[in-house]
Amino acid sequence: RDFNERCAQCSEVNWGLTDGGRFYCRSCHNVTERTREVVNTDFITNSRVQTISKGLRKQEKNDGGCEWYICEGFQLVLKKQAEALEALGVCPQMKDEILCSFWRCYLQKSKQAYCKRPAGETVKALSACESSTDVDSDPERPSLLHLLSVSESEGDLQTDCSFVSSVSKVSESTSVYSGSVDGSLYLMKNQKEKLKMTMPMTLSFCYMALLWLREPITLSELLRFVVEGHIPYLNVFQHFPEKMKLCGLDLRIFCVESWPVYEEVFNKMHELAAFLDLPRFPDITDSCFLHPDMLCMKYLMEANLPDELHNWTCRVVKKIGIGEVDFLTLMPGNKSTRKVKYDVLAAAVIVVVLKLLFLLDDHYEWLLSEFAEERNKNSAEGGPYFEFKKWYEVVKQSLDMEQKKLDEERAKYLWRCEKPLFYSVKNKSKVLKRRQMVVNLQNQFGKLSGSVRRAEKPNPSSFQLSWSEEKTDGSCFHRHSLKGVLQEKCGLLTAMNPDYWLCTVKLCNEKLCGHLAHYREVEFPQSYHFVLGLFSFLLRIQPSYIHDEVCMIEHKLFNKILYKKLKYNTVLRK
Amino acid sequence: SSYEHKLNFRKSKEACLSYIQDALLQKQWKRAAEFLTCYVESLEKDYSREHIGPSEMIWRIGTEILWHHSQSSMKEFNCFMEQMKTLGVKRYLKVCLEHVFHLLCNGQIDEAYQNLSLAESWRFGEQTAIQDKEMKLIEAYRGLLDYCSWSKQKNILLEHSEDGFSDLAVEQEMHGYFRKAAVNLKEIIKIPGVWDVFVKCYVDLLEFYGDHNEARQVLNEYAYNSKFPANPNAHVYLYQFLKRQGESKKSLISALKILHDIVPSHELMIDFNTMLQKSKKRKKRRLGLEVIFAALDYAGWKDNAKAWSCLARQVKQIVTSEKHLDWIKQEWNSRKDWWPAFHFSRYLAKRNWQENKSLSYEKALVAGILLGKDCKYFKYVSHQGCKAQLKRFRMLKKFVNRHNLVYLRISG
Repeated sequence: RDFNERCAQCSEVNWGLTDGGRFYCRSCHNVTERTREVVNTDFITNSRVQTISKGLRKQEKNDGGCEWYICEGFQLVLKKQAEALEALGVCPQMKDEILCSFWRCYLQKSKQAYCKRPAGETVKALSACESSTDVDSDPERPSLLHLLSVSESEGDLQTDCSFVSSVSKVSESTSVYSGSVDGSLYLMKNQKEKLKMTMPMTLSFCYMALLWLREPITLSELLRFVVEGHIPYLNVFQHFPEKMKLCGLDLRIFCVESWPVYEEVFNKMHELAAFLDLPRFPDITDSCFLHPDMLCMKYLMEANLPDELHNWTCRVVKKIGIGEVDFLTLMPGNKSTRKVKYDVLAAAVIVVVLKLLFLLDDHYEWLLSEFAEERNKNSAEGGPYFEFKKWYEVVKQSLDMEQKKLDEERAKYLWRCEKPLFYSVKNKSKVLKRRQMVVNLQNQFGKLSGSVRRAEKPNPSSFQLSWSEEKTDGSCFHRHSLKGVLQEKCGLLTAMNPDYWLCTVKLCNEKLCGHLAHYREVEFPQSYHFVLGLFSFLLRIQPSYIHDEVCMIEHKLFNKILYKKLKYNTVLRK
Repeated sequence: SSYEHKLNFRKSKEACLSYIQDALLQKQWKRAAEFLTCYVESLEKDYSREHIGPSEMIWRIGTEILWHHSQSSMKEFNCFMEQMKTLGVKRYLKVCLEHVFHLLCNGQIDEAYQNLSLAESWRFGEQTAIQDKEMKLIEAYRGLLDYCSWSKQKNILLEHSEDGFSDLAVEQEMHGYFRKAAVNLKEIIKIPGVWDVFVKCYVDLLEFYGDHNEARQVLNEYAYNSKFPANPNAHVYLYQFLKRQGESKKSLISALKILHDIVPSHELMIDFNTMLQKSKKRKKRRLGLEVIFAALDYAGWKDNAKAWSCLARQVKQIVTSEKHLDWIKQEWNSRKDWWPAFHFSRYLAKRNWQENKSLSYEKALVAGILLGKDCKYFKYVSHQGCKAQLKRFRMLKKFVNRHNLVYLRISG
């Protein structure tokens, strides 16, 4: 798939792999001598592979380095990330087909490669990339593979020559230092140029690919794995081959000193999907992991809440239509639909359900809890009733402990890596000296630290909090019954709680102020704050994001009532 | 904190520092070391805009940890300090100096001396001029160590001369140290500052070699030059010198006057009052009363029998002479509201009687005069004293009874 030369016999580019790892032409079954290893080098931009083999690229510079382009660097990063995801259990298709295709499409659309007219060049346009616009020919599985196979032609060689020479002209004229050929050019690029590649955007790519394949990893989980070190991000450039020297402006591009933020990665992903002109993503149906019903089940378990609550989350989901395929599936470029944050949405549904059943006004839930406690003391038949108070105490204790651990870990985080980074040759020796001193000090004080610092990272796990049925101390609430808060009315189970308070009466305009509502801890009950905090910890996002989704759900749920009530200008809040 | 999901290098290191701070305050050296290990990579970042950069942080924190950690050795400490010296040229002399302090605390005088000599010879372009103050300090401390050596030699010499030897070599060495010490000590005390230890040593040298004029000048400068910060010790040193020189009471008194103004609770106030009481001048005696009352305002003097005896003596003298009762009235005016509870409670009467009869005697006299014979303190003590058949308490009772109406006049 990485191999795009024309077949010697039939001039087609339609390769497959033999069992022996050799390429064979699918059209005429001509077997080549080229094996997979040869082509699948770390330096994958196919056009450039050709130029390398033709010796047209300046291979060796005096310091043993060679010319490399920023997008090659990013390609390496993506490759590493995809491999890591594969190691976590994601299907290999993600790396070999989907991510690859997305990336190449991006390169093409942003005119960094695979087309006749690279950015900043005024070369006579040739038709190769235009002719390959039959992307949508296959509605079932719009694989962008076609794009790549058709775009290579003899003419590319010339493009590459001119590209190389044009860029080298640029690098001669600019006095800014970078290890890559186009580092300075990259940073100077006009902001209007859509979607300049950045490190956070690599995660947007990954997430996009995961979503396409409907893999059971939410964005919050992906970002958590990144922070925990299971997916390369922070110092991934240290895996660049020796020949790719990284210095000067490259550092600004590849060396990150902050963790990616959910919102940023999420928004960029959507921009990207639109930019690449992707079609409608594969459907998210109710058997998908990302469907609210599924995610709610997971989060309920993790939050140590009774399984019975799942019936309620499903009811809410159904009532407001957020389980519909069309609502959940991503349609790139569609500006009218609200972009779905699957994880946040599911968490918000649970919060709403808790509010429905327990009110969470700092009074009612404790009252209900007392009743349940009484009942539990007097009779044990049918299993225990769920006591909010007990649940609060158990979960709070675990949460506080985990939060404390997390805070300490964050403070102890090591950002630098072995590979020294320098902005210019001038400060290279200084940098190396500093590095040496840092290592010395780390050794000296490390010895005085007492406990051995754990060298390996913990195993990646989908659940951060786990509760065991086996423990007899009653600290697992999964099987507890909601009977204490429910009553039967006309054959239906409804909540005993007759009231509900809205988080906000009026939603803000998200486009104007970025949020649907504005969350301030002091304005809401402590129980609500606690519940938001719990999910905020699990998803590693600000509680205000969950609050936004809660507001959105509430407004959908109470749509009719709100409409009526707003007319009389009253508030439901107890 | 829970909501800091936006984590970056800077915030992470800030958090790290606050953990270090907590650990240090709780003397958890292992934990502090653990977090410091994670903090040190800050050295590789540019913090030029911050007020205190990571290199200074690491120096200060690392010093604390290595100094207190049970598993850390002096060798490790010294090695660390050498590293810190290379970290920031702008701080070089400061680090040297603090290193020297630690060595001195650890009793490693020779190593400290070596470090000081080394630092003295340091030159680094314009930094040398910028760090001039630190350099002066380094020279001063070397001078101090030279003084210590001089002192040692002096003692050896005295021993030998007692035994009948005369040791020329030791004497020569001693003089050598004197010269080295004097040069540096003289320099530092020219600069306005608090140089108690340097001044004392320098004066000691001068006195030994008989240069009393120079000594007097130095002490006067130190005490009276307004450029120097107000320093009670300066006056104490001057006073002690003048006393050693056998100066007149007049100059002694004037030396202590300022001390009374700055530190009314100073222990020398007893000497001061004693001198003043004996003076022929009325003003001085008046001042004496003021001084002793002021000293006894302080909790630290409550149980000081000597101070109370000074006050008692003066009060007795005034009452007996029947002159200047208004002096007592003036002093008592601002104290009559709180001294009774502060000094003359029944509880104190009991305690003083139990612990220190002389103290209770003196206090009882004062209480009897100031508050009358019916006051709690006097009643209790005199009763106890008479019960124990102690003569002076009977005399006391008589005296107070005789002058019982005084308290009305002074409290009026």
